[in-house]
Parts: sequence; C-alpha cells; structure tokens
Amino acid sequence: MNAFAAMLGRELRLALRGGGDVLTLVLFFVIVGAIVPFAVGPDKALLERIAPGIVWIAAFLAMLLGLDRLFRPDYEDGTLTLLRHADLPLSAAIAAKVIAHWLVSAVPLILASPVLTVLLAMEGDAFWRTVLSLLLGTPALAAFGAIGAAVTVSIRRGGLIAPILIAPLSIPVLIFGVGAITATQSSAALLFLAALSLMAAALAPFAAALAISSAED
Amino acid sequence: MSIDTAPKQSWWNRIAHPGQFVAWTRPLLWPLTALTAVLFVVGLWFAFFASPEDYQMGDTVRIMYVHVPNAWLSQFVYGIMAVSALGTLVWRHPLADVSMKAAAPLGALFTALALFTGALWGRPTWGTFWEWDGRMTSTLVLLFIYLGIVALWRAFDDQLRAARIIAVFTLVGAINIPIIKFSVDWWSTLHQPASVFRADGPRMPGSILTPLMVMFVAFTLLFLTLHLKAMHTEIKRRRVVTLQRKAAQGASS
Amino acid sequence: MIDLGPHAVFIIWAYLGVALGVAGLIGWTLIDARNTAKKLAALEASRSAK
Repeated sequence: MNAFAAMLGRELRLALRGGGDVLTLVLFFVIVGAIVPFAVGPDKALLERIAPGIVWIAAFLAMLLGLDRLFRPDYEDGTLTLLRHADLPLSAAIAAKVIAHWLVSAVPLILASPVLTVLLAMEGDAFWRTVLSLLLGTPALAAFGAIGAAVTVSIRRGGLIAPILIAPLSIPVLIFGVGAITATQSSAALLFLAALSLMAAALAPFAAALAISSAED
Repeated sequence: MSIDTAPKQSWWNRIAHPGQFVAWTRPLLWPLTALTAVLFVVGLWFAFFASPEDYQMGDTVRIMYVHVPNAWLSQFVYGIMAVSALGTLVWRHPLADVSMKAAAPLGALFTALALFTGALWGRPTWGTFWEWDGRMTSTLVLLFIYLGIVALWRAFDDQLRAARIIAVFTLVGAINIPIIKFSVDWWSTLHQPASVFRADGPRMPGSILTPLMVMFVAFTLLFLTLHLKAMHTEIKRRRVVTLQRKAAQGASS
Repeated sequence: MIDLGPHAVFIIWAYLGVALGVAGLIGWTLIDARNTAKKLAALEASRSAK
C-alpha cells in the first residue's frame, strides 16, 4: 500500500508541477461548452434541452485531451520498464496512474461544471444532477481512456488513434451520463453509471497492464 | 525400416506450425469455394423465384435474405476474433494472431453491409433510411470498433507485438459490446416509442425460412473461405517480412 | 424476372450493394494473396540464387 501511495503521490506531483495543464483542461472544457450556443443560436429553451449532452461531450473531449500524458512520457523515458520489474504489480501502478489522472483531469472539470450549467441555462435541480453524473461517470471515462492509451502507447503517433478506439467504448457512459441529468430516468441511469464506473475501474488496470507488458516484450 | 525418434506432438501443436497449417487446409479451399457458390445460386434462386412475398412487408422481405446473414456475420466474426484473441493471450498460439488479423477487415465489411441493407430495408418499412433504433445503433458502434481494430493493425510495424496488444483490446471490446447493446436499447426506448419492427413480430412461414437458411449458410461459408484464404496470405506475408529482414541483415554485415 | 412490387428499387440496390461489397472483398483477398505469393517467390528465388 505504501508503494501504491508513493506512486500516486509521484503522479500527482508530476501532473501538478506543470500547473498550466490543469488550467488548460478546464479552459478547454468551458470553451467547448460555451461555443455550442454560437453554433445553435441563443435559444434558451433549446439550450436547456441539449445542455446535458453538451456538458458530457465537453467532459469527454477534455478527458481525451489529457490521455496522451498518461503513459507516453513514462514509456519513452523507460519508467514503465522499471515499473514492470518493481515489487508493486504493474496493474497496481497503473491503477495509481489512473486515479491520479482522474484527480487532475476530472475533478477540475466537475468543479468547473457550474460555470457551464449557468451558461447553458440549466435549473438548480439539473445542476446537482450534472455534478453527480459527472462524479459517477468520469471514472469510467478515465478507465476506458487508460485502456486506449495503453494499447496505443508503443505506436509513435498513437495520440491520433487512441480517441478512435476509446469513443465507441465510451458510448454507454455518455448515454447513462446524459440520462442521469435528464429528469425522467435519473436514478436508474445513475445506478447504471456507477456500475459501469466500478466495472471499468476494476477491469482497466489489468487490461492496460497486459497491453503495456505486451508492448515491451 | 526407420525408427521414428521425433517427439510425438498432438495435432494442436502441429497445427501451430504455420506451414503445416497451410499444407493441411489448402485442399479445403476449393471444395469450400464450390460449396459456397452452389449455395449462393440456390439461395438466390429461392430468394427471388421460389419464395412468395410477405403478407405484411411485401417484396421488401427479400432484402431480409441478405440482411440477416450479414447481421449474423457481423457478430459471428467478432466472436471468432475474441476466441482468437484468447488463443493469442492464453496459449500464444501463432495461428490465433493470424486468424485475428485476417478476420478484422472481413468483419468490418460484413457489418457495413448489414447496415447498408438495413438502411435500404428501413426506407420502405419505416419511411426513413436511418432510424436511431437500438439494433441499428449498436451495429454502427460495432462497425466503429471493427474499424478501430483495423486501424490499430495498420498502425503497428511489428505485427507479432501488435497481436498481443490488439488481443487485449479485442477482449475489452467483447466485454463491452453487450454493455453497449444494453445501454443503446435503454437509450432508444427512452427517446422513442418501440419501433414497428420486432423480432417476434411477423411469424416466419417455411417459404421464407428456406431461402433465409440457405443464404445464412452460404454467407457463413463465404466468410470461412475468405478467412482461410486471408490467413494463408497473412502467413506468407510474415514469411516475406522475415526474409526481407534476413536479406537486410545479410546486406549490412 | 419477377415483379418486385413498388419497392423494387430498394431490393435491387440492396442486392447490388451486397454483390459489389462481396465481389470487392473477394477481389481484394485474391489480389492480396497473389501479390504476397509473388513477393515471396521472388525473395526465395533471390535467396536460393545466392
């Protein structure tokens, strides 16, 4: 557990040292959300109707943006090879990385989501549902993203191909995430979202570890 | 009389030798091709001349004879890929790699054809080419996954290393496909009333079942034949790469 | 040819599309097989020539 905590601390320090990254991610999230009204027109009723979708698309794109940082630097400087031979199992090290990734790229988005809900004319209730659905759904996005990043880590231009692989896997997250914000089926969708996140978070470290150790053989 | 000193190997191990596999399965290719062709002729004859129009769907029911086999293949091929992926990861069977790689583009095309015929069927029955119906949507997602896998194969230089990584992704996809199917069904029932077409809807009389079954077998055999041929090609391609590498080493030293 | 009713266009296009797709697939498989076999033959010939 100590090694796991040390790994988590290392990842967090590395991510936060270049504090600009987190800020850029949040800006990207807000700007993607804020640009939609320009495309569809300032119709408040329409915006309110599509707001859940916009928030989730913005979150999905913002989470994709940070993925290339997840394994690539460590792959290129050989850290991943060292981690494979460390006492801590590779899957645990990857779990630490995914948790750190979620902390530095999803939590800021959740904190920034009130800005979007105001801009998109969502009501108070919908606001809380948005925060809750992002909180429950983004771990699944981070987990699927980690699988995509691990699979493409040894491809020189893998940054381009990873989103193609991750997007189809993430469709259930988007469906239930948006469903959880829309009032009618909210509680069922939240439960599905939580189940999905748990399953993805349990599966992803092992799948990613398998992919990475295959890439290095 | 010679004494056989070579260690006894099971067929499973012997078939792992790619050359052996090609030698064993090459005689199968022509009979398979002939059988496929005959079944297609019979199936098409049934589909157009020996089957009546459906009392509900009219002549559009004839689209079903190409739509359903393609839709089945779109899932069957993924099943083959998932089993091969297990073979790659668990037994490191060299032929599993080859089978996985050869199946991916075939599966992508059959899935695309299932969508194409589905759209052409949907137009007269539903009045629209595309309906965000649960089944069509999940087939579309399946097509994206296939194309992602094909893109992944092309992105790797070292195909041996690629196989294990892609096997991981294929299995993740296999776990995810039922979830995608479930979520898309949930989503489409949330947003629209149940569609006109249901699986348990119009009962199938024998006159429709016969051409359907023949076409079904014909398409499956078509896939198996093409898969086998593509596997042989892939084995040869690997030999080409090995020889080229050897030639390059010979030239440099 | 039998009468395909009011939706003949869709039926014909469906079969035509599938025929084209399958023909393309068969053609691609055969061309790929031939090219690879040719390459392999050339390489093996140059190897045995040495």
